[in-house]
Amino acid sequence: MKYCVLVAYVPDTASIIKIGGAGNRIDEGGIKWIISPYDEFALEEAIRLKEARGGEVTVITYAPDRGSTGLRECLARGADHAVHVVGGEATFGDAFAIARVLAAAVQKAGPFDLVFCGIKGVGSDQSLVGAMVAELLDVPHVSGVVKLEVGEGSLTAQRDVEGGTEVFTAPLPCLVAAHKGLNEPRYPSLKGIMAAKKVPIQTWKPADLGLDEAALGWAEATTRWLKLELPPAKAGGTILKGEEDPAGAARELARLLRHEAKAI
Amino acid sequence: MGCILTFVEQRGGVPRKASLEALSQARRLAQGAGWTVCAVLVGHGVKDRAAELGAWGATTVYVADEEKFAAFSAEGYAAAIVAAAKACPPAAIFMAATITGKDLSGRLAARLGVGCLADVVAVSLAGDHVQAVRPVYSGKALATVDGGRSSPVVVTLRPNVFPAEAGGAPAQVVELPPVEAAIRSKVVEVKASEGGELDVAEADIIVSGGRGIKAAENFALIRSLAEPLGAAVGASRAVVDAGWIAHKHQVGQTGKVVSPSLYIACGISGAIQHLAGMSSSKVIVAINKDPEAPIFKVADYGVVGDLFQVIPPLVEEIKKLKQE
Repeated sequence: MKYCVLVAYVPDTASIIKIGGAGNRIDEGGIKWIISPYDEFALEEAIRLKEARGGEVTVITYAPDRGSTGLRECLARGADHAVHVVGGEATFGDAFAIARVLAAAVQKAGPFDLVFCGIKGVGSDQSLVGAMVAELLDVPHVSGVVKLEVGEGSLTAQRDVEGGTEVFTAPLPCLVAAHKGLNEPRYPSLKGIMAAKKVPIQTWKPADLGLDEAALGWAEATTRWLKLELPPAKAGGTILKGEEDPAGAARELARLLRHEAKAI
Repeated sequence: MGCILTFVEQRGGVPRKASLEALSQARRLAQGAGWTVCAVLVGHGVKDRAAELGAWGATTVYVADEEKFAAFSAEGYAAAIVAAAKACPPAAIFMAATITGKDLSGRLAARLGVGCLADVVAVSLAGDHVQAVRPVYSGKALATVDGGRSSPVVVTLRPNVFPAEAGGAPAQVVELPPVEAAIRSKVVEVKASEGGELDVAEADIIVSGGRGIKAAENFALIRSLAEPLGAAVGASRAVVDAGWIAHKHQVGQTGKVVSPSLYIACGISGAIQHLAGMSSSKVIVAINKDPEAPIFKVADYGVVGDLFQVIPPLVEEIKKLKQE
């Protein structure tokens, strides 16, 4: 079996976000970059399948130069091959353009039986790229997978929905967008880190995939970030001291929620 | 003049609240611009309820009522919406940013070769451009995004943000001819959670527990507060990672991003990742014994104290108020 994992390289979830550039991007100064947490579940699942059934795992990212650091980490965890499509500045935030680049890269690096990605990149938080790539590749997809069983030529997958769980079946090849709960990702081993240094990273530009990144950029973007703002700061709230008279504070809180906030 | 086509999700033939919110918002936008609003209903045995959607703003409801749509499939439902869009045709396609909506929107947008404004909390028309505000970096920033080059642009609207307003005549119902769809990935079973547990993403009130509750069994205390409020139970990442409660309850950057009308954080210190997931809630209450906890910075009301001593009398007081 051949597995592909699409990874996004995003600001650490502990990052403090500041506005930079022309006011429609974040200030990247001081940002630490990480593999998107949901992509870790995707990668772990592919590596576990490989370990259980044999095969190869290829990771693909579409990112500026820094993306190669993320790919090395994926290799250290157990991926066999890595493809870095260098770019992403022009198509920033436009999920459809990103999906077109990734789908073309999957096609060139493939074919694959299973393509994995995270349910979302913790950044632009769109949850779109996976299903878009699947549509562009003309394969089925299952999004938000928390349990996966891969059989001969097909899979069964579960996802949590509001008020329950849905069980899906799909034939292979298929795209699976992973959610938290699917597995517990491993840390890279020292041996893995050393071995990963020797693996060559395949580097492509969008042009190598028959795509003109500039043409996919601002001029042709299906969605454009016009402005980025920080949420309005909150005024100081009413703080009740409940150390000595917890019941009194509780009564006052209930009263405020009822009569002032009208929230209950 | 444009049209906004709204996909209405249903369960057992009953339209979901988040879809009625999206439909109502479509009507508010359309009224200001002289546009029209259509809806598309997909399922099996659903057509009898279609005309009712007029009350929520649709003048025409396209119905794809076929056995193959009894269970959800992104491929099948996207094909049905494309069929409705051919008949309509819309300048924008709205749907609720539910789990189904988020899944379907990417498939649909790619099939149409257009973009999607995902999980928006505000949406407006700038001439014939649909523009929206969407939380990014898990709510640490807000992006204003233009979908003007996408025709039609797909827009998913965050549940619980836009009011659903009823009032209006029954809609004209148009049954779509059988839709051709290659359905490969599909739902084969739906398991309801025990006791029909309310999901944090849909709840109007959320009571969340963090490390300060000290042990898994103390979620009983959180539930005792949630119950009289009709609230969903949320959790911080720390207690989910500790295995005290399932991940679907997690609120925050690697959990669910929520905006209920009331969020009560109990024993949650307020890590930046948690704040990112709930700070857009309308009213925030924090109960924590550490007066320096970051959660108090975003709280509208806070109680500095031991939650084991504060919550029981709070539950009694709320029950009393509810009886008044």
